[in-house]
Amino acid sequence: MEVIMFWILAVIIVASAIATVFSKNIIYSAFSLLFSFLGVAGIYAMLSADFLAVTQIMVYVGGILTLLLFGVMLTNRITTMSLKTDVFNFIPGLIIAAVMLGSLLYVIWVTGTWAKHSPAVWDTTVESIGTLTITQYLLPFEMVAIILLVAVVGASYIARKDKQNIKS
Amino acid sequence: MESLTLNHFLTLSAILFSLGVFGVMTRRNAVVVLMGIELMLNSANINLIAFSRFNGNLDGQMLAIFVIVLAAAEAAVALAIILNMYSNLKTVNLDEVDQLKE
Repeated sequence: MEVIMFWILAVIIVASAIATVFSKNIIYSAFSLLFSFLGVAGIYAMLSADFLAVTQIMVYVGGILTLLLFGVMLTNRITTMSLKTDVFNFIPGLIIAAVMLGSLLYVIWVTGTWAKHSPAVWDTTVESIGTLTITQYLLPFEMVAIILLVAVVGASYIARKDKQNIKS
Repeated sequence: MESLTLNHFLTLSAILFSLGVFGVMTRRNAVVVLMGIELMLNSANINLIAFSRFNGNLDGQMLAIFVIVLAAAEAAVALAIILNMYSNLKTVNLDEVDQLKE
């Protein structure tokens, strides 16, 4: 049962990632990225990371993908210009991606010596993650909070329009 | 049918990472390049969570949470830069943004 679910999710993820990368239409790319993110959230749930599965759906699907769609809508004049974009450097990109995939798979399947023992089973990880966040990982947590604040303020400052008019 | 091992998840994540690299290298539109970067970050997260599960501690999941937060910050800043690029240069094709070349 678990194996069947893994293969279904893997096929969904890889097929929609291929559609994202190869599609000529940017909107199709964005929407197939949605299915890829949802499949990855399913993989997280299979690995008993329930909190991260929900976080993935809320942040990636609800936040980042919406942001990407805004980016597509704001940077392409839909009424006048077509949303087509072409794939160039096809052969070099394919060679580099294939070499990288081959070397990664070689490392994983041939030289990897990590233990393949039966995985730990957790009921829920939310309580443990909350405890770790305010004890062992308190400093990184605060740092990442400041980084997020600075990044969002900086992004809204950079993206602001008509700086001259606002100044005067 | 055999049960799932760590290698299954690592292989899935390697395929996803290669697709992300291919997207970053071959697409002209800056927004689609950003989508390739998000695919690569997702594959790294799959790796972290799989190792966390098979090692039996939660350190990998904590690291994955930080990766997700930084991905959100990175997407916001990158889209702000792309919007500025569009309002200044009227294009988001990365091969036409070569003003520093001459």
